[in-house]
Amino acid sequence: MPPVFAVRPLAQDRGRAELAPPPRKRIVIEHLSALFGRVRAVTDVSVDLPDKWVTAIIGPSGCGKSTFLRCLNRMHETVAGATIDGRVMLDGRNIYDRTVNATTVRKHVGMVFQRPTPFPTLSIRDNVAAGLKVLRDGARTEGTTDETVERALRRTAIWDEVKDRLRTSAMALSGGQQQRLCIARALATDPEVLLLDEPTASLDPLSTLKIEELVYELRKDMAVVIVTHNMQQAARVSDSTAFFLQGAMIELAPTSQLFTTPGDPRTEAYITGRFG
Amino acid sequence: MSGGETPPVASREAIPTVQTMRTSQRQRASASRTLRTIRRRRIKNALMVGLLVLAAVIATLPLIFILSHLMVKGASSVGWAFFTQMPKPVGEAGGGMANAITGTLILIGLASAVGLPVGIGAGLYLVERRGTRLATVVRFLADVLNGVPSIVMGIFAWQFLVRSVGHFSALAGGLALGAMMIPMVTRTTEEMVRLVPTSLREAALALGYSRARTSLTIVLRTAMAGIVTGALVAIARMAGETAPLIFTAFGNQFASVSLDRPIAALPLQIYTYAVSPYDDWHAQAWAGSLVLIGLVLVISVAARAATRARFDSGGAD
Repeated sequence: MPPVFAVRPLAQDRGRAELAPPPRKRIVIEHLSALFGRVRAVTDVSVDLPDKWVTAIIGPSGCGKSTFLRCLNRMHETVAGATIDGRVMLDGRNIYDRTVNATTVRKHVGMVFQRPTPFPTLSIRDNVAAGLKVLRDGARTEGTTDETVERALRRTAIWDEVKDRLRTSAMALSGGQQQRLCIARALATDPEVLLLDEPTASLDPLSTLKIEELVYELRKDMAVVIVTHNMQQAARVSDSTAFFLQGAMIELAPTSQLFTTPGDPRTEAYITGRFG
Repeated sequence: MSGGETPPVASREAIPTVQTMRTSQRQRASASRTLRTIRRRRIKNALMVGLLVLAAVIATLPLIFILSHLMVKGASSVGWAFFTQMPKPVGEAGGGMANAITGTLILIGLASAVGLPVGIGAGLYLVERRGTRLATVVRFLADVLNGVPSIVMGIFAWQFLVRSVGHFSALAGGLALGAMMIPMVTRTTEEMVRLVPTSLREAALALGYSRARTSLTIVLRTAMAGIVTGALVAIARMAGETAPLIFTAFGNQFASVSLDRPIAALPLQIYTYAVSPYDDWHAQAWAGSLVLIGLVLVISVAARAATRARFDSGGAD
């Protein structure tokens, strides 16, 4: 059923001529299905996620877009009874291979959730450093923990706001700051892929804008996959957009193309607000 | 809006009609009805708040009464000597409960060494593996164990830890108290760990934490303040338990810190002194009770302070 469009980015769109299309494939997904017990939440999705590229996933509530995202770092299987079918290749290696450890996968594929989740018992600094503690090969990050923490906080443009209170509780930060802290935490370990699950759903417009600018910046370094309810957001931050409906990927196209000349009548119906 | 005589400016009709008159009268009636309702609600509210304040005061009354009574009866006997001296024989004035205070601390330490790790571990298990048959069985058994009378626990410990070796011992007393602590700590740990949101676990897992590491660091640390409070309640209750010690620690009148021999304990000493016919022993019993309550107070204040001051320490890894 799902017509899988190849990713053929139009670099000239929206003044992104500096991008050299098509970029290297970072994640290759082949016939991925995700199940909760016997209920199928994602059905036979095949898609390539390029490096240095933002892929947005849109679709109505319950269409399986979050579940799909959680399959990419093996978080899906943490729910009791949840299983998958198919293959997810990260840099040519199937992350669901029997020899691959789920925790190893998650060290390479960072994730940020809908609600900010700072660890309440840890300071701002220790929150950002939390991922470093389980990183076995210290060679992946250069410098001391403090330097890595500073680098991550600068990247998420929150350093100036927190540099004088690194040892205080992260819970005292505002919602938007907490979310940027969580992104910094995910970035501290230098992941190859960053998964964002509706990262601005619980934030005010100004914080949302900051996160969107951040996503735009991150695109220079890694593959970003962002699930969003907000179509304007998808249009603003992403290079290509995938539309999900009832667990299937209906359409994948360069963002400007999907929002102007959708190839599937269902996509058109959704983006013009006729359902969902 | 008040007078029916002046029609609204915007009204098309210049003269007030019967219709508008009626409306304004109805409005006035409903306004006074509203006022009456508000007044009634205010009175009801004041009454309810008053009842709640009364209940809150009554809830603390026993503690106030006990403390003040103990101060009156026991404070005069609590001095430096009470903490440093051994009990004196009947007829000799003075003396203290140094051995019983030490003994109680040792027994609490033993009980905590057994009860806290096992209880916290079991509580964590009940949440992390909820739904498994073992978890369901363990939860049920912990509830049953919680309800076992302390005297039964004492007899049980006597049968296996005293009779089997042929003599009373501090170890037997500590283990009996520890066994009583386990279900209490298990259940409070479970309640506290259950309050840790799933999103926090997921955040740790998504960083590459293993399940075990997530439970032992992130989840446990987040729930720690609540677990400490629960553990303190358990420790405080064990400090005052008498029945399980009668058949195990037994009590004594001399200084001993040996785990293999009978050991004195505050509740036992208080009991012995209180049922004796001597007035100066009665005074000592009151003093002992005051010290016991003071001990519990000190433990809880200290541990609360310890859990609060966590951001000043422990940054370096």
